[in-house]
Amino acid sequence: MASMIGSKVERKEDKKFLTGKGRYTADINFANQTYAYFVRSPHARAQIKSVDISKASKSKGVIKILTGEDLANDKIGGLIAGWKIVSQDGKDMKVPPHPPLAKDSVNYVGDHVAVVIAETLEQAKDAADLVNVNYKILKAVVNTSDAMKSEAIYEGIDQNLCFDFGLGDKGKAEEAFSKAEKVVSIDLVNNRLIPNAMEPRASIGDYNPSSEELTLYTTNQNPHLTRLVLSAFNGIAPEHKFRVVAPDVGGGFGSKIYPYAEDAVVAWAAKKIEKPVKWVAERTESFLSDCHGRDHITHAQLALQKDGKITGLKVETIANIGAYASLFATVTPTYLYAPLVLGLYNIPVAFCNVKAVFTNTAPVDAYRGAGRPEATYMIERLIEKAAKELGMDRAEFRVKNFINKFPHQQCLVHNIDSGDYSAHLNKALELSDYKNFEKRKSESASKGKLRGIGFSTYIEACGIAPSAVVMSIGAGVGLWESAEIRFNATGNVSVFTGAHSHGQGHDTTFAQIVSDKLGVALENIELIHGDTDKGPFGMGTYGSRSLAVGGTAIVKACDKIIDKGKKVAAKMLEAKPEEIDFKSGEFVVKNSNKKKTIGEIAFACYLPGQYGEIKSPLPEGVEPGLKETAFYDPINFSFPAGTHICEVEVDPNTGETKVVTYTAVDDFGTVINPMIVEGQVHGGVVQGIGQALYENAHYDKSGQLTTASYMDYAMPRADNFPEFKIAYTSTPATSNPLGVKGCGEAGAIAAPPAVINAVVDAINTEISMPATSEKVWDALQNKKSNREAA
Amino acid sequence: MQEVRLEVNGKRISKDVPDQTLLSELLRDILNLTGTHIGCDTSQCGACVVHVDGKSVKSCTVLAADINDSKITTIEGLSQNGKLHPMQEAFKKHHGLQCGFCTPGMVMSAIDLLKNKKNPSDQEIRDWLEGNICRCTGYQNIVAAVKEAANKS
Ligand code: FES
Ligand code: FES
Repeated sequence: MASMIGSKVERKEDKKFLTGKGRYTADINFANQTYAYFVRSPHARAQIKSVDISKASKSKGVIKILTGEDLANDKIGGLIAGWKIVSQDGKDMKVPPHPPLAKDSVNYVGDHVAVVIAETLEQAKDAADLVNVNYKILKAVVNTSDAMKSEAIYEGIDQNLCFDFGLGDKGKAEEAFSKAEKVVSIDLVNNRLIPNAMEPRASIGDYNPSSEELTLYTTNQNPHLTRLVLSAFNGIAPEHKFRVVAPDVGGGFGSKIYPYAEDAVVAWAAKKIEKPVKWVAERTESFLSDCHGRDHITHAQLALQKDGKITGLKVETIANIGAYASLFATVTPTYLYAPLVLGLYNIPVAFCNVKAVFTNTAPVDAYRGAGRPEATYMIERLIEKAAKELGMDRAEFRVKNFINKFPHQQCLVHNIDSGDYSAHLNKALELSDYKNFEKRKSESASKGKLRGIGFSTYIEACGIAPSAVVMSIGAGVGLWESAEIRFNATGNVSVFTGAHSHGQGHDTTFAQIVSDKLGVALENIELIHGDTDKGPFGMGTYGSRSLAVGGTAIVKACDKIIDKGKKVAAKMLEAKPEEIDFKSGEFVVKNSNKKKTIGEIAFACYLPGQYGEIKSPLPEGVEPGLKETAFYDPINFSFPAGTHICEVEVDPNTGETKVVTYTAVDDFGTVINPMIVEGQVHGGVVQGIGQALYENAHYDKSGQLTTASYMDYAMPRADNFPEFKIAYTSTPATSNPLGVKGCGEAGAIAAPPAVINAVVDAINTEISMPATSEKVWDALQNKKSNREAA
Repeated sequence: MQEVRLEVNGKRISKDVPDQTLLSELLRDILNLTGTHIGCDTSQCGACVVHVDGKSVKSCTVLAADINDSKITTIEGLSQNGKLHPMQEAFKKHHGLQCGFCTPGMVMSAIDLLKNKKNPSDQEIRDWLEGNICRCTGYQNIVAAVKEAANKS
């Protein structure tokens, strides 16, 4: 059988999606189902004086109305931040309570106040209008930059400061700057984004009073962790009586990692009323209450020698984490961000300070890339600016500072195992025809257009994460992954993974790995995920970890299957286990033609004894059955890297910016399915260009989200893009047996700086994201008037 | 209440529904054809596109009672005798879908494009699909799929 690794296999999961047979949470219905509608705060910040449900309760079809008071009476706990960050002064971070239904105060527009459960959705909505909440409106804290100077939102959290985190050697960094021959600095805003998975969030609670089992169907990226949190911290139900199912999920991008207030409330309510309770978000609710992404303000400085060698880096960031500390909100701007500010450069000393602030806005958490896009945007903008100020070519300046020996221990955290940064840079230079850029620029100029080119040579840390490392820096859980391989007696295979697929194509990629390892045909392998009642506990999918961590767990489980198979084959073939080779699905006695297929071995494992032709006494001490479980805890992160080059054309009359060419050359280590990987790159790049040119979550002064629909929040659309040029280089990861590094976030990480560097190059003045036509036009006008004034 | 009579995927149906029932609601909630998805509340995303008398329409913008006697085709009605429609085949071959949520609307829109234009250029495909948002694929493989389907038909 030809190797499955690296082959472009069409996806096993496509048929159901293409024929309308996908089964997303909103598609699931139960007899006797009831409908939940949430009463949400219309104010960014207010005290709740009273919640009067008397009128609403009498409304037609209403079954139950639950408030924060009921929640407290039932001792349902608050939502948690899963990662404890310690401030520079040694004190623990400060977080406010986050009840799934607010009792005393609401802290962002969309915050949950009550839930109305009725026989129909219309009835629930009508009754929700009759819930009378008496608010005392307070002044909202909205701006990232003002948050620390504003009135404290929560008692005991001075300056609205969650933590003041530092990473690196401050003294040494200062010293490098005092000796620097040149200092280049930059001020940046990393705009707030709304993830906008196309499937709105949804949850259904279903309680079985006879078995006392509660099931939650939810749009989620990691059902086991969700069950753990809802069970251990919210006290919804004990884990062994609680099943969480994340069926087909229509995109996540980070926003569906966490258990949300709605999950907790719907599950709790279903148990309370002993009827299924269904909630499906309207898009506006998604805009208001899905966790947002990014929202940093950063000042960064690079210390240099005159010859262009970097000698130090200092970064100061304010990260807006919104009204509450969501599950990964505290790790995203710290350990997922600060170590990555070094990029893929050899920077001897650095210090990064991050202040996380609370504001009266939706919680901000991990969004595709989580911390790494923010770090990359900072360093790649700074690098390009430095090259310009030094009068060096942007490629040459990068090469001069690239890490070029591996493994490389960076001065902050990471030990980078492998890479070849000049390789992808050179390939990208060639593919983008960099050397003829000036010619294209003059062609554009002759049409009255300004053309610019921008680079981004990025690195990310994926495959999260070695448990011992992350737990030592505050993680509340380890980040290993599990797999179980069950051979059925007839020779087909069920593979269980703790990772979750919501578009990534695990059904196919993981099956390719199993097929390759065990020699079983793809169509005889079924991947099962997303249900806590089926597979072993797993940590889910985010941070481009599924293949590097979950895939490795599968490899390990396959190895155990092969080990056992060898013992059984040895007995059946009258040889010693060490005389048995396993290849392409066959156990063969060395230097002979005696062999058994893995299917025969599986059958024999289930029918020890003699039956017709089959004579298969299991060796002594070997249990019947062929099923193995493996847990894999990674030994290191993996470090994908690459070069993206963007060319834009700006129309100076309108400010309109068009991406005219985009080249991506990525090093993801080993690629299992190039078709799927390419799709991940396309999607990531479009999200990255979306951030750079179109998308922006905007709150007005009073804390109203003014971009709460697709009329106001600009989503990237098909007609915004040219065809991308994609290529790869490969240095396999040394930290996992597959050599894979992760590819899901690369595009979203690499693209924003590539695009903005190109825009800045075109208009020759600073611009912030998103570089909308209006902003670009304004920047060009300001430049003109400054010139005229001078 | 209103009586709605339609032919849906080749089957005649008649139902009494509340006046304000949208076609998307009729399909999903009453006929249990959940392949038609709801991705927004402002008629912007295109996840709900179906064919009404052969033309692509955002089903969240149409009152069911307003289109009596029309012929509706949804994503469930495309494949014939277990054989995928060439557009479905092309999406599979070119990896034009990831999470699958936008896919039904995308496929239904794209089929209508080819009815209007035999051999569309990349730009024409991109312009036509402007009303269908996909957050996963970056659109490039969708364009490739539509081109392939155009070449085959
Ligand atoms: S549901 Fe979004 S356009 Fe119809
Ligand atoms: S495939 Fe997920 S939104 Fe298009």
